[in-house]
Amino acid sequence: MLLQIHEPGQTPQPHEEAGVAIGIDLGTTNSVVAVATDGKAEVLRDADGRGLVPSVVAYPDTGEPVVGEAARRTLLDEPDRVVSSIKRLMGRGAKEVQALAGTLPYRIVDEASGGMVHIEVAGRRLSPVAVSADILRALKARAEAALGRSVDRAVVTVPAYFDDAARTATRDAARVAGLEVLRLVNEPTAAALAYGLDREAEGLYAVYDLGGGTFDLSILRLERGIFQVLATGGDAALGGDDFDHAVAEHFLARIGGAAPTAGEVKLTLATARLAKECLTSQEAGEWQVELANRRHPVRLDRPTLEGLIAPFVERTTEICREVMAEAGIEPAEIAGVVLVGGATRVPLVRRAVASAFGREPLADIDPDEVVALGAALQAEALTVGSDTLLLDVTPLSLGIETMGGIVEKVIPRNTPIPVSRGQEFTTYQDGQDGMLFHVVQGERETVDGCRSLARFELQGIPPMTAGAARVLVTFAVDADGLLTVSAEERTTGARQRVEVRPSYGLAEEEMVRMLRESMEHGADDMQRRLLIEARVEARRVLLALAAARSADPELLPADEGAALGEQAVRLEALLSGDDRDAIDGAVEELERRSQSFAQRRMDKAIRLALAGRSIDEVAAETPGPAA
Amino acid sequence: MATPFTDTAPGGAHSIRPCWSCRGPAAGDAAFCETCGVIQPPGQEDHFARLGLERRFDLDAGTIDRAYFARQRQVHPDRFARRAPREAAIAESRSVSLNAAYQTLRDPLRRATYLLELAGHPIAGDGKTIADPELLAEVMERREALAEADSPEAVAAVAADARHERVSAEAALGAAFAAGDYPAARRHATRLRYLGRLAEEARRRSAMRAA
Repeated sequence: MLLQIHEPGQTPQPHEEAGVAIGIDLGTTNSVVAVATDGKAEVLRDADGRGLVPSVVAYPDTGEPVVGEAARRTLLDEPDRVVSSIKRLMGRGAKEVQALAGTLPYRIVDEASGGMVHIEVAGRRLSPVAVSADILRALKARAEAALGRSVDRAVVTVPAYFDDAARTATRDAARVAGLEVLRLVNEPTAAALAYGLDREAEGLYAVYDLGGGTFDLSILRLERGIFQVLATGGDAALGGDDFDHAVAEHFLARIGGAAPTAGEVKLTLATARLAKECLTSQEAGEWQVELANRRHPVRLDRPTLEGLIAPFVERTTEICREVMAEAGIEPAEIAGVVLVGGATRVPLVRRAVASAFGREPLADIDPDEVVALGAALQAEALTVGSDTLLLDVTPLSLGIETMGGIVEKVIPRNTPIPVSRGQEFTTYQDGQDGMLFHVVQGERETVDGCRSLARFELQGIPPMTAGAARVLVTFAVDADGLLTVSAEERTTGARQRVEVRPSYGLAEEEMVRMLRESMEHGADDMQRRLLIEARVEARRVLLALAAARSADPELLPADEGAALGEQAVRLEALLSGDDRDAIDGAVEELERRSQSFAQRRMDKAIRLALAGRSIDEVAAETPGPAA
Repeated sequence: MATPFTDTAPGGAHSIRPCWSCRGPAAGDAAFCETCGVIQPPGQEDHFARLGLERRFDLDAGTIDRAYFARQRQVHPDRFARRAPREAAIAESRSVSLNAAYQTLRDPLRRATYLLELAGHPIAGDGKTIADPELLAEVMERREALAEADSPEAVAAVAADARHERVSAEAALGAAFAAGDYPAARRHATRLRYLGRLAEEARRRSAMRAA
């Protein structure tokens, strides 16, 4: 097609923000930050060469929170001040985490008002968003120290199976940490990106991602720079942490005695993790667990470990089989299996993956770092440009509760995003002037088997008989996987007021307060962003006018051309200044002065078309095969 | 903004609409304004036109994929992360309409259903009932075979048979569309739908067995 010669990005656009963008893997157990230059990604390390930042935050009595290795060390002395595995609580309600309560090493605050769960640690009441923001702030600081410049934009990864509430919470945490999220990318997709670019892989690939707290299996097609996700499935509450808990429970059961304190549980978990990691390379070992100020030796060998974790590993391979069957893909068609997440170091996991797919999995990129590397590559692609493109899908079905608690699916899972889809609903009572909607996510047919995302009410429906109103509810999922819902009553055509109350979000005031507290320069940043946007918009208008003038010079009389030129020069001059209102005003004036020129250009095209000599005749001939 | 002008001349109906950026003429279905090069919102074109494909049933998956990838490469919002927010929003709406076209055309049954709609012969009542007695008998027979399958091998055999029949139903659909025989196309599409459901049920049965 002739029109395809206009490649987007070819028209010169100003690089107002030449600042670097980083890639962040915000993990349950560890986080990693990386940066890419010229298609080569690199993990940013500390002075000791460590790339992993433990996702652990310690809250001292006074002063700033401590993140990472140092916080993990505090765990031994002051376990009550330390928060770990916070990712498992992102976008969760208090009732939902009750099941985890025994295993989570901190106190859950019962939230009378509903919404996202909060925790209490060292006398502070914290949301998972605030704790995650502390980790992200540390990663930002590490990047700034390594790069020697300020960093304010990032691609942040999330488990493919993260639902809308957890994604929103992640993006909010980044905002609180002073990072603009360029894109939320699914972890397996990021891993595939790192592999695909590195190995120039083509064909069908499976990404087996067993993180600390989540498991995903994604199947992607790689084809000349396109990364198309075909199917994804997983379990948002299954991960390497479960291995640790199984081992810790085994230790505690062996020792017996009184119930351990919360601090003792944390220490036992740390020992369990150490034992699990040691048994990756050795056959057996002995460790110490301290209970009631007494040290107890504990032994563990690999067969026992494998017996303890086998149920979790089996659940992952079961999900692998389900995802492949649903996508209609045979294991033999898979060209490679990529391992992601520290838990994939466990020998039993590798054996299970090899047997499920009938081939040895790939692990030549460090499974702890591969996701951050992919995120960094995507950050570079978004800020500098790239030939690669990620085409992702919705991991879970989105729907609306209807009569009798049945879920009407509006967007089924594995639908390519961005997507927008509408569904009509009607009233069931005469004169009904409002409708309540309950938005849910999940695969079950009934609402209690799905996860509540939000409730909203459509008001002001004109009085009609039951079933006469036609309310169109539109679900839009953007490329970040974030959902927006809107509703409109179609018989009157008027868009009605919609109030969405997220089921597990943060209260608006809390978010605003966090943003204010965290960014002394928040207001300045906002002003700067608006100024940059005004400049970008002004340059677009100037470029559009220049293009129009060179396309139809004969339609612009000399005096009008001179007036336009004058205004364009005025606008150009304003662009080097900081006066946003003046720029906006000059843009408006330029558009006003060029209005009649634009009208003449339209008129000419219509005249030509009427004469049967349309300007795009060649291009629009017949829709032939793809170019 | 001026009203879009529709050219109804024979040999390719298309329209001219004003480009939102330079406000000059742009082809109604063009992704980019040919004067200023800025991305345009999706127009009213059908799913085939959106992917630049001929309006027909016989399209292989590879052709559809290539057309889709080539267009997503140009209009996906990730390509516009550095541009003005308005351009990024328009890119997103274009990307949304490409995804809708791809989803509709990539699956043979949806493609057939859509073609029948375009041709003014939609499948009545969502195809939830079977009027054709011959097809009804076949569906009941196959369901019975699946219900009576008492071993994984027997379930797999029913599934394999359904898969095989789907291939021939697709071939028959192609022939019906090529001949412009819409009642026949409707019949084959309905059959394809039931064979698909049967295969899905067989898959669930074997998944349950495995669990």
